[in-house]
Amino acid sequence: MDLERRFDVLVVGAGPAGLAAAAAAECGRSVGLADENPAPGGQIWRGESLAPTPSTFLGGVRVFAQPRAGALWAEAPEGRMVLLYDQLILAPGARERFLPFPGWTLPNVTGAGGLQALVKSGLSVAGKAVVVAGSGPLLLAVAGFLLKNGAVVRLIAEQALLRRVARFGLGLARSPGKFVQATGLLRAMRGVPYRPGCWPAAALGEGRLHAVTLTDGSDRRDVPCDFLACGFGLVPNTELPRLLGCLTRDGVVTVDDWQQTTVPDVFCVGEATGVGGLDKSLVEGRIAGYAAGGRPDAARRWFPARDRARRFASSLARAFALRAELKRLPHPETLVCRCEDVTYARLLACDSPRAAKLQTRCGMGPCQGRICGPAVGFLRGWPADTVRPPSVPVRLGSLAAEVQPHTACGRT
Amino acid sequence: VPETVAIRVDGREVLVMPGTTLAAALLGSGVVATRRSLTGEPRGPVCGMGVCFECRVTVDGAPHRLGCQTFCADGMEVRTDGP
Repeated sequence: MDLERRFDVLVVGAGPAGLAAAAAAECGRSVGLADENPAPGGQIWRGESLAPTPSTFLGGVRVFAQPRAGALWAEAPEGRMVLLYDQLILAPGARERFLPFPGWTLPNVTGAGGLQALVKSGLSVAGKAVVVAGSGPLLLAVAGFLLKNGAVVRLIAEQALLRRVARFGLGLARSPGKFVQATGLLRAMRGVPYRPGCWPAAALGEGRLHAVTLTDGSDRRDVPCDFLACGFGLVPNTELPRLLGCLTRDGVVTVDDWQQTTVPDVFCVGEATGVGGLDKSLVEGRIAGYAAGGRPDAARRWFPARDRARRFASSLARAFALRAELKRLPHPETLVCRCEDVTYARLLACDSPRAAKLQTRCGMGPCQGRICGPAVGFLRGWPADTVRPPSVPVRLGSLAAEVQPHTACGRT
Repeated sequence: VPETVAIRVDGREVLVMPGTTLAAALLGSGVVATRRSLTGEPRGPVCGMGVCFECRVTVDGAPHRLGCQTFCADGMEVRTDGP
């Protein structure tokens, strides 16, 4: 039995962008807000109590296919759900970029945002030694958060060059809000070394992490720790927009002035249109919400703020561009695809993503290439592969009602 | 004092605060590996947000439940010996 829900405006993704979109769309319209997490807030507001919105929140709901225009199939705790809409706003957010290096599959090597999410979900890091590594402003936010929660942050290793990070920091002075935020973060970091031009070369341990080897390209040193919180920036989640046929370019969803994608009545907002942080997500959400709700004048008022947010996004991308040395981190025996345990050596023997899939099953496990895909893209220059339904692993029962003989179900 | 939630992890009782996810509960109670990989490596939570599937565990007999997306509930039986 399908559960059917109908909305004038359906928002998928309840992070800041989706919440802003839902709030702006509410004007005599029925608005549904669906998210695969049990509670709204996305990653940045995870576990926080949010102001109530009149929209209907559907938690624990994973969209996995589109049977026809105006409808989505989702897996909900109660079973398969059919979501019907006139206008659809996608706010799928971003995930962390993970790059393979020897030992990165050891337990207690987590994402930077990953460890933060786990702490927000009830994990205590009091007294635990943590090395924060990778790239981007998220590292500072995570380190500050971990300190506040009693962790001993040994150091922050930022792969980007000092002069680029410094230029980015100075650029923040042009937007006072961000400058105050950044100086606040740095103040909270007192005593924690921040090392630009430094990255993890290996995670060490037997069965679990004991230390991380850090390098600046010439010197290496081992730092003992309980956790390595490591993420190399963010990757826009474009799987759902692409499943719906939305055009992407350079890894981000193409949108017009109203945040509408190349598919009519389907909008996209937030990190999926380009990683830019909270301000960009909020302003794009508002614009799409107003536009989908039939209030273009209200939307237009936010165009200048969006221009500013997009300029910030470009400077972010320039400052924290990944250095070429990171491509030499994996050894031949280092696993690249964690789901299918595919080594780098086996990938090097393939000349295309398709060959890699067929010969090694790289990207065909439960995560459907969400972790190894961006890593392989960086290491080998391969573009993202096509998305086919189901876009996430689902129970057979969710497909059973209308399963076609040729509909392949990913192994889970 | 808020009530605690009691779950069983591989037969051992683990007490957590309400609102704790399985992934956080397991890591916090010293269970570092939530599953074994294809080649037998121990794996633990990575992304914390339902993307990587490394924290999948068996909950009350149902395999492949994402530990980071599942809140602990009294009496849950969790197993970490799955693939």
